[in-house]
This record gives sequence, C-alpha cells and structure tokens, in this order.
Amino acid sequence: MPSIREAFARVETAALGCLAGLSPAVRRRAPNGLEFLSLCILFSFAVLLVSATPPEKHLSIYSTAANYSLPIVQRQGHDYVGLLELLDPLGTVSAKSDPPRWRIHYNNILGDFTVGKNHARIQGRDADLSAKFLIENGRGLVPLASLGSLLPRFLGGPATLHEESGRLFIGSIATHFTASVALDDPSQLIFHFTSPVNPSVATEPGHLRLTFSREPLTSPASPTLTFGSKTIPSATYSESNGTAQITVSGTVPLMASFSNDGRTITLSPAKSQTSATAVPAPSNPAPQEPAANQSASIPRRYFAIVDASHGGNDRGEALSNTLAEKDVTVAFARRLRQELENRGISTLVLRDSDANLSLDERAFFTNTTHAAVYVALHAASNGHGVRLYTALLPYTSEDDRGPFRSWTTAQQSSITLSQAVAASVATELRKQQIAVRTLTAPLRPLNNIVTAAIAVEVAPSASDLSQLTSPDYQQLITTAVANGIVAIRAQLGAAP
Amino acid sequence: MIPRHLYIAVSVLVLAVLGMSLYAWRMRGRAAAEPAASVDTRPVVAPVAGPTEQVTLYVAYDDDGVLHAQTAQIPLPSVRQQRAEELLRSLIALYLDKSSPHPLPPGSDIRSVYLVDPGLAVIDLNAAFADGHRSGVLTEELTVASMIQTLSANIPGILKVKILVEGKQRDTLAGHADLSAFFDVSAINRLTSQLQSSQ
Repeated sequence: MPSIREAFARVETAALGCLAGLSPAVRRRAPNGLEFLSLCILFSFAVLLVSATPPEKHLSIYSTAANYSLPIVQRQGHDYVGLLELLDPLGTVSAKSDPPRWRIHYNNILGDFTVGKNHARIQGRDADLSAKFLIENGRGLVPLASLGSLLPRFLGGPATLHEESGRLFIGSIATHFTASVALDDPSQLIFHFTSPVNPSVATEPGHLRLTFSREPLTSPASPTLTFGSKTIPSATYSESNGTAQITVSGTVPLMASFSNDGRTITLSPAKSQTSATAVPAPSNPAPQEPAANQSASIPRRYFAIVDASHGGNDRGEALSNTLAEKDVTVAFARRLRQELENRGISTLVLRDSDANLSLDERAFFTNTTHAAVYVALHAASNGHGVRLYTALLPYTSEDDRGPFRSWTTAQQSSITLSQAVAASVATELRKQQIAVRTLTAPLRPLNNIVTAAIAVEVAPSASDLSQLTSPDYQQLITTAVANGIVAIRAQLGAAP
Repeated sequence: MIPRHLYIAVSVLVLAVLGMSLYAWRMRGRAAAEPAASVDTRPVVAPVAGPTEQVTLYVAYDDDGVLHAQTAQIPLPSVRQQRAEELLRSLIALYLDKSSPHPLPPGSDIRSVYLVDPGLAVIDLNAAFADGHRSGVLTEELTVASMIQTLSANIPGILKVKILVEGKQRDTLAGHADLSAFFDVSAINRLTSQLQSSQ
C-alpha cells in the first residue's frame, strides 16, 4: 500500500505533467513543497474558472411564422439581443447603420435608434428602452427587457416576454398541457398537450425530465403538480435559458411513450431496460422519438376544476389602480383548492400562474378531465357579497347529434345540476352571513362545460376593496364554497 | 352599312352604362361617408317633434344590482326599425345623464338596430359604448339585459338578439358578458325576473 508521501508525489507529478506546456523549467526539476502547494492552488483556481463559466444565454422566439433562437449578449450589466436578427424571420426587414444613428425598416414600419440613448422613435412615436441602445459591428442591439413593449410597435400585435427564462411569445401562440394519473392504472401519468410536442427526455435517479426547446409550452395550472400516485408523486414545471422543462419525480425508473400525434405523453414504470421505448442513458439527456406503441390509458378524473378567470394579457376588471381581477382570482383559486383538498376532493386549478388561457381551452381541459364540478372565480368592485352564476344558454337551432353536443349549449344537460350546486353553495354562504345572489349569466365558458358548472363573483362585503385581498375574507368565502360543494357531493357523482 | 336599329340599341346601352356608373359612384361616396359618422361620439338626442307614446324601459341600478321597469313618454316614429333605435337611444340617454344609476361611457350610442324576420334583432353598438364599458359580470349583464328586455317588451315578435360592435362580432362586452352568440329572449325574460329582486 503506498504511503501518503508517495501518493502526494504521484499527484505532484501528474499536476506537473498537466502544466508541462506552460513551464518547461518546472518540468526539469522536482519542485519543493511550497511550489507544489502553489501549483495545486493554481490548478484548482483554473478548474473553478472553467466550471463557473456561465452557459451561453439564448432567447427562444415562438411565432406562427417560425420558432427560432438567438444569442443574448451582456453589455454594461444588461442583456441585449440584435433587433435585425430578431425581426428577420418574421417579415421583410432591412437596417442601415450610420453611427450614431441606426435605422431599421420592418415591413412598412420605420424604427430610428441612436447609440447611447435609452429611447427610440418608431413610426414617429417615442418608445422607451430599459437601457441604452448599442451598435456593434453594424448590428443594432436593444435591451432584452424592452422587447415586450418594443415589438408590438413593429409587429402590430402582442409579444409576451419571459425575461428570466429567455422566452418570447409573438402573438397568441402557446401550447398548454394537463397532467393526470391514469384512471385504470395509477402508476401511469398522462400528459395532454394542445399541440404536438417532441421534447428531449432524460432520466436521473428519481426523476424524468422532459425538455422543450422548440415548443411554445407555457406554465400549467400550477408549476408544481401533485398526483395521488405512489409511483409518480409530483411534477414541476420550470423555464430557463430558452427552454421549458417538466421534471417528474418517480419512485421507480420511468419511461415515456408518445401517442396522439405527439399530443399525449404517457409516463409509466420501465418494465425492462431493453424496451424499445425505455429512456436511455441515465446521465446524458438524449432526444427521444415518438414511440410506435400507443398508450390508450384513461386519464384520472378530478372531482373539481377551479378556474381562476382571466390571466396573462387579460387582466379582467381593474379593481383599483394597482389591483387587477386576474390576481385576485388566482389567490381565491389557490385557497379554494386547499379547502377542497382538505375535504378529500381532488382538485385541479386551471390557472395557477399569470398565463394566457382561452375560454375554449378552459372548457376543453374541464371536459377532457371528466370533472364532476367546474367553478370559475371572478372578482368585482361593484356591489356587495357574492354572486353565483349558472349558464344563460344562448339561442341555438343546433341540436345535439347522437353522442355529439353542440359546443354553445353543451351545458344544457347539466344545467339542473349546476343550479343545485349554486343553491348548495348559496346556503353555505348565507350561514356565514355573506350576502349572496343566484343568477344566470351569459358568461363563457359556463355554457361550454358538459358537467355541473358555476361561476362565483366575489365583491367586498362593504365598500372596502382591500377586503378582496384579505386572507380572512378569502378564507371565509372559500370555506363556504367548499362546504357547499361537499354538501352536494353525493349528487355530483362518486368521489374519485 | 350599320342598320339604324342597331345604332339606337347601342346608344341606349351606352346611356344605361353611364347612368349606372354615375349611380354606383354616388353610392360609393355615401359608403365612404358612413365611417366618419360612426366615430362621432356626440350623444344623440331623441327627436323632439312627433307624437309621444308610453313605453316601458328596463333600467339598471348599480347600487342594488337590479333592473327596474319604468314607464316613459317618448316620441316614436312609425317604422318598426326606427322605433327600436329610438327606444334604445332613450334608454342610453338615461344612462348618459349625470345622475345615471348605471353610467355608460361618454359617447355611447346605438349605430343601428336591424329587425330581421323571423324574430331576430341585431343591435349594433358604437365603439365608445363597448370600449369604455365598465368590466364585471353583473355590470355587463345589467347593460345587456336592460337593452334586450326594453327592446323585446316594446317591439313584439323578437325571439333572439345579436349584439355587434361597429358592425362586427365581439367576444365580450368588457371581458365578461358573452356577445359571440345569439341571446335567447325568453332566457333574458327569466333573467330580468331574477334581476328585479336584489336577493
């Protein structure tokens, strides 16, 4: 067995070998202890420098015209991107550099920038930049943080920037997803996406990671999803450096299979390491092509769907100068989910972040999860107490055809049940001395939901709007709503 | 030698073409003038002349969140479509008043009401009405129910109503009330009964 001194000597020799190209003198003679220590420190420092170099940052751009990626450069403490390169795939663009001025034509829109200035003129109107405009080798660099306000001026439509994660959504482009445990096999987790996806799949001990670099995937109802499965207890959604990731935790090795033209991914325990669809390479992320074998599992049924209305670009009512309806509804939705889960009712919150979710998508998710009850949450500054709404069905001459329902009157067959839910919730609210009215309303997506569906519009009990953000008031309302749903649970169907 | 009757026929055709061109030119001028009228945000005053009639207006009250039926004497033309427009303009005039129980944005107006048999009424609002409308389920619902109920109570035979803004379909009035579908008048009648009580 070699002594410690011998081991040191070997390491010393190895370190010297590594540095041979730098100092031939060092190679010729054996160094003393002090030299060896210095070399070790230098070597460690070099390794640290290499390992601490941040990865190159990217901006992923998603649009109907193209999905592409651009490098982000850092200048003067700010992130910048080239404006010409950004607009080029989206339309006809040209730029002329005449320092300190830099002009860009995008279709028929003229942008006029000046080096060192933190404002520009677009079509003759001022536009503020979050940092100074720069030119490098004729390239016009604009601050990343300004893209959200700058691009709509060029494109004439919305542009949503996720600045922290380097993701830019141009127009109403987004892929949403839901995740649920299969009804017939609790060890399977099924992801449904609104458009085809092809993520790279990687496994680590206890985790399976889906990385979406090309798809405009957006935050799900909740960034952290929990499932009542021992095999797959939870999943988390995150975004970084131009990609979106879903990390699924599993107590056993998992494999992924694709179906429904890439719209469905089913995760299940890996039965055999040699399986064609098993996730390879335990440490290296590797792209995985859609597998041939298709999963036909039935998704797990949530008992309740709680929908925080509005979100993203849709702020809902401006309750005050600083308070938007979309923020209040999310707070209520989270509390209501907690109250329902406490009562043993599995609940999915449709929007648990500031995401854009269309009314059709909300109805689609609710109907495909086969929930027993749907609760949309709204907030209002007008009036007092709580208003409960069921669908006011529109006039239609379309009839249901066999198993197919008319989309605009899909609620027709469940309207009586919805009214019963509203009555039950109203009873519980009155028990809490909360003023309550029960009405019908032309309020989508209530009429598109095939199960019991109500909307809850919460107004302050007095004229004090701050009540809407008060934890006590939110707790009072959500407790009563949860009690009302529990009271009518037997009529809504068997508990999941 | 070209026969005489051919000369006459060609001359008549040329005259007809010229006449139709002149007519089309005038129609084009009228159509071009229409958008200018639609952006006029001045409130429209009901006609002061002509015989008055007693009508029932369903007026929204924000304080209690209710609709109240109230009678009014307003001058109404005899043509059914113009009656419908004047009815709604009278209702909107109430809401534009300083002491309005349910304020609408300044410049709110009805561009037109089209009555299409069988039983369809199309209400075309101006942009100021919808763009400046306050948001909220109940607030928007009161506006919609107030207009449709007033119309159906005074113009018999209306079964369904469609609301447009500047001649185009719009998803919602101000983020809540769905305008994408046809309103069922019988459902609005039932809603009005609910809205007449604050409980």
